[in-house]
Amino acid sequence: MDTQRQVVDRLRSSFRSGVTVPEQFRKAQLTKLMSMLKENEERFLEALHKDLAKPRFEAVLSEVDIVINDLHVTIANLSSWMQPEYVSKSLATKLDDCSVRRQPLGVVLIIGAWNYPLQLLFLPMVGAIAAGNCVILKPSEVSAATDRLVAELVPKYLSQDCFAVVSGGAEETKALLQNRFDHILYTGSQNVARSILQAAAVHLTPVTLELGGKCPCFIHGQVNIQYAARRLVWAKFFNAGQSCVAPDYVLCSMATRDAILPAMRQALEEFYGKEPQKCPDFSRIVTPRHWSRLMDLLGKTSGKVVVGGESDQEDKYIAPTVVVDVPEDDVLMAEEIFGPILPILTVESLEKGIDFINSKEKPLALYTFSNDSSAVKEVMERTSSGGFCSNDGIVHMTLPSMPFGGVGASGFGNYHGRWGFETFSHHRACMLRGWALERLNSLRYPPYTETNLGWLRWTASPNTTCSLM
Amino acid sequence: MERQVVHRAKEAFLSGRTRPVEFRLQQLHALQRMITEKETEICTALKQDINRSQYDTPLLELIGIENEIKLAIDKLAEWAAPRSVERSLFTLRDEVYIQPEPLGVVLIIGAWNYPWAVTLQPLVGAIAAGNAAVVKPSELSEYSSLLLRALLPRYLDKDLYPVVTGGVSETQELLRLRFDHIFYTGSSTTGKVVMEAAARHLTPVTLELGGKSPCYIDKDCDVRIACRRVTWGKFVNCGQTCIAPDYILCEPCIQGRVVECIRQTLLEFYGADPKCSPDYGRIINQRHFNRIMGLMEGYTPVVGGQSDSSQRYIAPTVLKDVPPQSRLMQEEIFGPLLPIVTVSDMDDAINFINEREKPLALYIFCTDKKASKRMIEETTSGGVTVNDVMMHYTVSSLPFGGVGQSGMGRYHGKHTFDQLSHQRACLVRKLGMESVNLARYPPQDRRRARRVRMALKSPLIDMSKRTLIWAIAATVIGFGLFVTLLVILLIAAGLNCTCWYWRGFYNYF
Repeated sequence: MDTQRQVVDRLRSSFRSGVTVPEQFRKAQLTKLMSMLKENEERFLEALHKDLAKPRFEAVLSEVDIVINDLHVTIANLSSWMQPEYVSKSLATKLDDCSVRRQPLGVVLIIGAWNYPLQLLFLPMVGAIAAGNCVILKPSEVSAATDRLVAELVPKYLSQDCFAVVSGGAEETKALLQNRFDHILYTGSQNVARSILQAAAVHLTPVTLELGGKCPCFIHGQVNIQYAARRLVWAKFFNAGQSCVAPDYVLCSMATRDAILPAMRQALEEFYGKEPQKCPDFSRIVTPRHWSRLMDLLGKTSGKVVVGGESDQEDKYIAPTVVVDVPEDDVLMAEEIFGPILPILTVESLEKGIDFINSKEKPLALYTFSNDSSAVKEVMERTSSGGFCSNDGIVHMTLPSMPFGGVGASGFGNYHGRWGFETFSHHRACMLRGWALERLNSLRYPPYTETNLGWLRWTASPNTTCSLM
Repeated sequence: MERQVVHRAKEAFLSGRTRPVEFRLQQLHALQRMITEKETEICTALKQDINRSQYDTPLLELIGIENEIKLAIDKLAEWAAPRSVERSLFTLRDEVYIQPEPLGVVLIIGAWNYPWAVTLQPLVGAIAAGNAAVVKPSELSEYSSLLLRALLPRYLDKDLYPVVTGGVSETQELLRLRFDHIFYTGSSTTGKVVMEAAARHLTPVTLELGGKSPCYIDKDCDVRIACRRVTWGKFVNCGQTCIAPDYILCEPCIQGRVVECIRQTLLEFYGADPKCSPDYGRIINQRHFNRIMGLMEGYTPVVGGQSDSSQRYIAPTVLKDVPPQSRLMQEEIFGPLLPIVTVSDMDDAINFINEREKPLALYIFCTDKKASKRMIEETTSGGVTVNDVMMHYTVSSLPFGGVGQSGMGRYHGKHTFDQLSHQRACLVRKLGMESVNLARYPPQDRRRARRVRMALKSPLIDMSKRTLIWAIAATVIGFGLFVTLLVILLIAAGLNCTCWYWRGFYNYF
C-alpha cells in the first residue's frame, strides 16, 4: 500500500512523462470512466442505497446519468476544445500568430462530498482528465460504501499511474493537503474550505470551492399554486433535502403561504404517499450525527410544524416537514439546513423579499416563483447567487453548458462540461513572431524619439484597422 | 481608517450605482481623461521614483492603459450582456444564459516597477465589471503612489474607488478586512501571505507573480536580431520587469556571438556610457541595489559590471558560463544582470526549464517553426513569445497571467472583465408545460425514468441566434428547392398528361 506521498510522486512523474497530454489518451480514459459507470451501475446504486437509502430513480438521474451526459459532451467536443484559440490583434502584431493554448496543470486533487458521492467526485474528474491532468480522488468517508466501491473500481478501469483514490477521514485529508498539487477542487462546508485554502496558499495552489449556503425560494405575486408546489416540493425533498442547491427556505406573503400549504401537502402525498417512511422514493439522513443535528433544530425552533415532523432514529428517517411562523433569528435560519425541513417566512412585498435575501450571504442558488416576469427579472438583477432559476428548482445545474459554482460565501470557480475543462487547464498566451520587420521593431528601441513614440501609439491601438487586413 | 474606507466603498457598491453600464462608461471616460491630461505629471513622478525616461513611461505603461480603457469603452455593452448557451430537450422553451455580474469590492494591490500599469489596468476591468475597488499602490514607488492618491478622487467616484497609501502595516490592515476579490501583483513570497489572508474570508484571488523567465536562443537562428530584441526586453526599466528575459540558454558554440551582439546593441541603445543616457533607468531603492550587486559576487562580467551606489546605478551587465547552482540562478534577478547558461541542445534546454518552477514567461528564438512548437508543447509557462520578448503582453485579447509559482488567474482586455465578474448561470422557466415535468416526480417507474433520462440527455441544442438563422435559412432554401423540384416535375408530368389527354381527347373524337 503506497503512502500518500508515494501516490502523489508517482502521479507527478507520470504527468512529467507527458502520457496524459495526447488527445487519444484522454478520450480513452474518459471512455473507460463511462464504461466503469455503465457496467457497474447496479453496484453503485446498491452502495448509494446503503449510504443514503438513495432511491434508485434519484441515484440514476443525479449520480450516474449526469456524469455520463457530461462524458458524452466532453468526448464529443474535446478535439475542438483542445485546439489553439486564435485571437484578434493590433496593427503592430497583425502578422503574428497569436493564440491561447490550453495546457494541463499537473496533478489535481478532487475532494468529494457525501450527499452526491459519485457526482461530486466524477463530474470534476471528467473536466480534469479532459484537460490532460493526473487526478487524485478523495471520496467522502461519510458515504462509506460508495467510498469503498470507488477505491475498488477506479484502479480497475483507469490508468493506475495517472489516477488514484485516497481514502480516509479528516486526519488523512489534512496529511494529503501537505503535498503540493496543481489544483484542488473541494465540495463541502465553509469551515473545511478555509483550512483547505490555507494549505493551498503554502504551495500557491489554485483552488475551486463548491460550498453551500441557504438557498432562498421567493414566491411572489400571482403563481400557479399547484405547479409551483410540485416543483418546490420535488426540489426540496430530493435526496431528503441533502442537496447544496436545495431550496433551503421559502419567502412569500401570508396569503400565498396559506394557499400553497394545502398544495404542498397534496404534492407530498402524491409523491411519497401517506407514509413517506414506507415509500422507496424517499431518502434517509446520511448519519446518526446529522439526524441528531436536524432533530435538534426541529426541537429548538420557535416556528410551528404544520406538515410532517415524524421521525425514526434507528432508520435515520425524518418525514418531509414544513414549519411556519419562523422568525428571522430562529435557529432554523442560522445555518444551512441540509435536510427535509422547510421553513416558510413571510414577507409582504417584493422589496422586503429582496432586502431579506440581500441581508444574508450570497447563496449557491436562488429560486423565484412568479407569473410576473418583470418581478422575476427584478429579483435576479438586484440579488446575487451562484446560479438562478425561476419557476423551478435544481434543474439549472443539469445543463453541461452552464457553469456550476458559487460566489461569495458559496464558493468560487466553476465546472460542468467545458467549464470543467477550462478550470483544470492553464490558458497559455502564445505569440509566434517572424524575423522580418525588424525596422518596425526598431521604433521601440532606444535612443527614444517623439516620432517613434507617435508611430507606436498608432500601431498598438486596438481601434486601428487596416482595410487590407 | 482602512476599515472606514472599505466600508464606504461597500456601501457605495450596495447603493447599486455601478450597475448601469452608462455609469461604468462615464467612469472609464474620466479615467481616460486623467491619463491624457496628467501624462506629464505621471512621467515626472516615475522619473523621481525609478529614473524612468519620458518615452519609456508612455511606451511601457500609458499606451497600454489607454488601450485597455478604449477597448473596455468600446466593448462594455457586449461584455456585460447575457451570454446564451446550449440547452437540453428539457429546457428547450426556456431562457438559458449566463449573466456576468459584479462581485462587490475588489482590492487591487500594485507593484513598484510599473506602478500605473499594474494598478490601473486591473482597475479598468474592475470598473467595467461594475465593482467598487480599493487601490493600494506600492509604497516603494512613493511619488507615483502619492500622485495616484491625489488624482484618482479628482476624476473618479471618491467613495467607489478610494486609494489607500502606506506600507506593510497598512497593507496588513487591509488584508484583515473582507473583500470580494483580491488582485495582487508582486513577489511569490508576498503572494502566499495574500492568499493566506484571503483564505480567512474565502476570498478568491488573482496573483500576478514572477519567477525566472528563460530565454532560449537556438544556434541556427539570426543571433544578431535575437540579441537586439532580448537586449531591449532585458534592460528596459533597468531589468525590473516581471516578464523580462531573466537568463539566456544557448549552446556554447554561439555564446561568444551572443555576448558580442548584446554588446553592440547596448552601444547602439545607450551609448558608450549608459549612465549618461537619458533612456536608461535606475534601481528602485538601496535594498534592491545591494541585493542585485550581491548576486554578482564572485563572477566577472563580460559586459558592464560598473555601478554607482549613490545613484543606484548598475550598468547593463552580461555574465557567461554561469553555473546552474549559482546564486544568480536561484532567485528572480529583477535587475540589469543577464546570465548566460550553456546547454547542449534544445532538448537539454527543455529539461533545464522543466526542472525549475513554472515561469511567468518563456522566450524562444528559433527559425524552425516545428522545433519552436515542440518546445512550447513540452514546457509550460504563463505565456510565450517566440522570436521576440514580452510582446504577448501587448495583445489585450491574450490572457496575461502565471501558472504554478508564477501566479493564478489572468487579465487584460475582456479577461479582466471576466476575472472580476461572477458568471451567474440563469434558467428562466415558466409555470406551464407541467405535463413534461410529470415524468421526473415520484412515484417512479421505468417508463417515467426513461422519459426523463431522454429529456436531460446530450447532445445539447444550440439555440444561439447564429445557429437559429442558419437552421432557418437552410430549411427555407431546402424547402424552396423541394417546391421548385415538385413544380418542375408537375409541369413536366402535366405537359405529358396534357399531351396525352388532348391526344386521347382528339383520338376519342
